[in-house]
Amino acid sequence: MELAVFALFALLALASALVVVTHRNPVYSTMSLVITLVSLAVLFVLLGAPFIAALQVLIYTGAILVLFLFVIMLLNIGREETGPSSKLSKVPALAAALIFGGMVALFSWRAFRDDALAPLTEEFVSLKALAGALFDRYLLVFELVGLLLLVAVIAATVLARRPRPGEMEPLEPRPEGEAGNAPHRETAP
Amino acid sequence: MGYALGITAAEFAVMLGLLMGLIAPVMVWVERRMCAMIQDRPGPNRLGPFGLFQPLADVFKFFFKEDLTPAAVDRPLYLIAPALALLPALTTFVVIPFGPPLEVAGREVDFTVAGTEAGVLLFLALASLGVYSLVVAGYASNNKFSLLGGIRASAQMISYELALTLTVLAALLPVGSFNLQEIVAWQREHVWMAAPQALGFLVFLVAAFAETNRLPFDLPEAESELVAGFHTEYSAFRFASFFTAEYVNMATLSALGVTLYFGGWSIPFVDPPETWWLAALYGVVGLFSKVALFLFLFVWVRWSFPRFRYDQLMRLGWKVLLPLALVNVIGVAAATLAGWL
Repeated sequence: MELAVFALFALLALASALVVVTHRNPVYSTMSLVITLVSLAVLFVLLGAPFIAALQVLIYTGAILVLFLFVIMLLNIGREETGPSSKLSKVPALAAALIFGGMVALFSWRAFRDDALAPLTEEFVSLKALAGALFDRYLLVFELVGLLLLVAVIAATVLARRPRPGEMEPLEPRPEGEAGNAPHRETAP
Repeated sequence: MGYALGITAAEFAVMLGLLMGLIAPVMVWVERRMCAMIQDRPGPNRLGPFGLFQPLADVFKFFFKEDLTPAAVDRPLYLIAPALALLPALTTFVVIPFGPPLEVAGREVDFTVAGTEAGVLLFLALASLGVYSLVVAGYASNNKFSLLGGIRASAQMISYELALTLTVLAALLPVGSFNLQEIVAWQREHVWMAAPQALGFLVFLVAAFAETNRLPFDLPEAESELVAGFHTEYSAFRFASFFTAEYVNMATLSALGVTLYFGGWSIPFVDPPETWWLAALYGVVGLFSKVALFLFLFVWVRWSFPRFRYDQLMRLGWKVLLPLALVNVIGVAAATLAGWL
């Protein structure tokens, strides 16, 4: 029973993850990512971590992916058109995939080799343990991440807002040949 | 295992029956009659006593109308959007306890379809999936009004979900558990949560209106500007799915409000009876009579208030409700630490 549920949702997660990267329509990709994340949440439940499962759905599926869809729809991004891509651009992509795959393989191998990693227990994934880790052991890191996000939010707001009169306008890429570094422009282009 | 599964299946069946068979049709009738009452006209009063069979006729109408799929829609997404509306609507109720935990034939039955420790979080997680139906329907319809409705829905739901989640967390703080059954137990022992957390309840209520897309926050549909918003292109039974999901969502959020702030299934000054089926009846009556009052409020507000403008909606969500919710959480946390609650 448990194995069947695991197999079903593991396959679903893998298949929908494939669709995420291969589909040409960004809305379909996002919806596939929804399926991937919900399937992962089911796997978390099977591991005995209903809290992490609920948080996964609540935060990633319920908020972040909705924002993805919001942006896609607001900008009205159509189907992705791939032009003639140079072979050179595939090299970094391949390298990144190899490095990531190698890391996953290395960790899996080390974990299985001599039981280097103990299996997850109910206590380890419980809400108490999670809270203890976040607000006690890793408090500094946790707060720093929070600060980092705050900085990112402020930066995004500054970039997005319209400059007040008398304030510097954001720098725009100038056409070639024109003198650069003119921070202030009297008339809008 | 089999026994527990049987109980869960039975509870789920009862819950679905109540939601689909009773609440949704009755609410359609209540909505139309109350709207008529507020507008000083009789409303549907011909079919059956007080027009009570009108919802039945509506259901038949939805079944037999032509199911139209416009040519320009994104077909797969267009077809799954109504299902995406019903799925979270019909499953979110599973964490609401509708009776006292009891022993039936020597086994613990807690009268919750999914009595998990993650209770409230599971509720919020499932409820947060409801927005996809609106967004997907808006996108797939390939129509600017629908698209605008979908975009509005996504921004609105995210904004108000924050305030809603924060108030829910504040209500959990004095109890110290995510399990809704324990929250009800705490309230039976002390006092209904609405008394110490009146501010939280107010924020919860406003956010609940926004989360269910009811007037004054029905911007995703806004019939005076967007035709019918995200469901403009839907007809027949697919439209009925959105319609039903809206009423079921109202009932589910009302049930959460009742459970968090008004003692859940408990009836004040009356203890639940010992016999298990009487206790179940007691719980269902206790819960749903309070839910009915909430639903009454939903309808009353809908026909009494004008719609917000979109910028007003966003300002209210981010600049009023969110700070209030934060103040509420911090206040409740301090009070809980000081031992006042």
